[in-house]
Amino acid sequence: MSVKTLTINGELISARAGDTILQAAKDNGIYIPTLCHLEGLSDIGACRMCMVEVEGINKLLSACVTEVAEGMVVATNTEKLKEYRRMNMELIFAEGNHTCAVCVANSNCELQDTAVAVGMEHTRFSYRFPDRGVDLSHPQFGIDRNRCILCTRCVRVCDEIEGAHVWDIANRGEEAEIVSGLNQPWGEVDACTACGKCVNACPTGAISYKGSSVAVMQRDRGRIPFLAAAREKQQWTR
Amino acid sequence: MTKIRLATIWFAGCAGCHMSFLDMDEWLFELTKHVDIVFSPALADPKEYPDNVDVCLIEGAIGNEEHLELIQEIRQKTKIVASLGDCAVTSNVSGLRNKYGSAEPVLERTYFELADLQPQLPYDKEGVLPKLLDRVYPIHEVVPVDLFIPGCPPEADRIIAAIEPLLQNQQPVMAGRKMIKFG
Ligand code: SF4
Ligand code: SF4
Ligand code: SF4
Repeated sequence: MSVKTLTINGELISARAGDTILQAAKDNGIYIPTLCHLEGLSDIGACRMCMVEVEGINKLLSACVTEVAEGMVVATNTEKLKEYRRMNMELIFAEGNHTCAVCVANSNCELQDTAVAVGMEHTRFSYRFPDRGVDLSHPQFGIDRNRCILCTRCVRVCDEIEGAHVWDIANRGEEAEIVSGLNQPWGEVDACTACGKCVNACPTGAISYKGSSVAVMQRDRGRIPFLAAAREKQQWTR
Repeated sequence: MTKIRLATIWFAGCAGCHMSFLDMDEWLFELTKHVDIVFSPALADPKEYPDNVDVCLIEGAIGNEEHLELIQEIRQKTKIVASLGDCAVTSNVSGLRNKYGSAEPVLERTYFELADLQPQLPYDKEGVLPKLLDRVYPIHEVVPVDLFIPGCPPEADRIIAAIEPLLQNQQPVMAGRKMIKFG
């Protein structure tokens, strides 16, 4: 195993070659906020929360898709990054409809937690109030697209772990949305095995168990990382 | 020591934030040592918003023409305008109707489709009730806001932690789960 030595926030650390900056930071107890990253799934750098500064590169890089390199000098928490992360978070909130007070995920939501972590107590951008649909056609689960942040964790977990590939993103820009099957109601998609992996993967209140009311939605956050570790490392117990 | 002139107002909200305010219980006695409550639907009820207010806590979003007018007056006459609760900060539940693009569908549903007797708009007679705006706004989309206290409702402890520093002429630190979690 070859090792790379790098600096994060002035601290000298070593990481396995091939690790991402995010992994290296995590292994050394350095917190970088994320939303679209989920242990066990591929990384795509979609949410931009994990942006970091790397000396000698004049653009911000996503820590989840940037590999460590020898001598790399990384900063994860500069004033500039803090301001950009907060702005990013405000844009995410302004884009959809996040009425936490009446959301199944209230108090159990990674988006809400991350908003607290980046210090967002209000949004400076005007809310868009899009009219997105709710699909309750599946017998066990439901999706409320108003709360979807297009992180594609559901898309990836269903494709990479379950192998059913029920979800995709349709359309572009502000029209982009998560669709099931060939843009059919979820309940009509034969490929869905009703495994519930997307429910456990979704960081927000978008995908939930049917019948959940306000603030009662609980997820098994460790289940997806466990399944991935079982498959890749033959770790059969949690 | 001159007392701080405190106002509270209730726009498009459910009164929950004012309930939470009253829920500060015995700390209200502490508060009255430092403030005069000069305007408040819950605690003092003059009809005109007074001049020279130091702090105004605003519950609710801007949802009708009267709110729109009054918030301008409040901003002019108040040093520190604070959005209290999610409706004021994000428009929250009051803003759920915004996705329809206008007030019409909501009025139609409420006053015609669900009417048992005499379907009619509540403001058929001019000037009796203020007209709903087509869009419900968080306060800071209409006037500058100095302090945001989110929560639905913000718990009494959060309100205390937010206004206690103001009594000492200091800015509160709005950070961390206890202070800024929505919902
Ligand atoms: S998904 Fe999270 S942030 Fe969005 S409304 Fe629900 S609790 Fe709030
Ligand atoms: S329940 Fe399982 S198979 Fe069905 S969409 Fe979700 S992850 Fe895919
Ligand atoms: S439904 Fe949930 S998991 Fe899927 S993209 Fe939206 S927020 Fe992410």
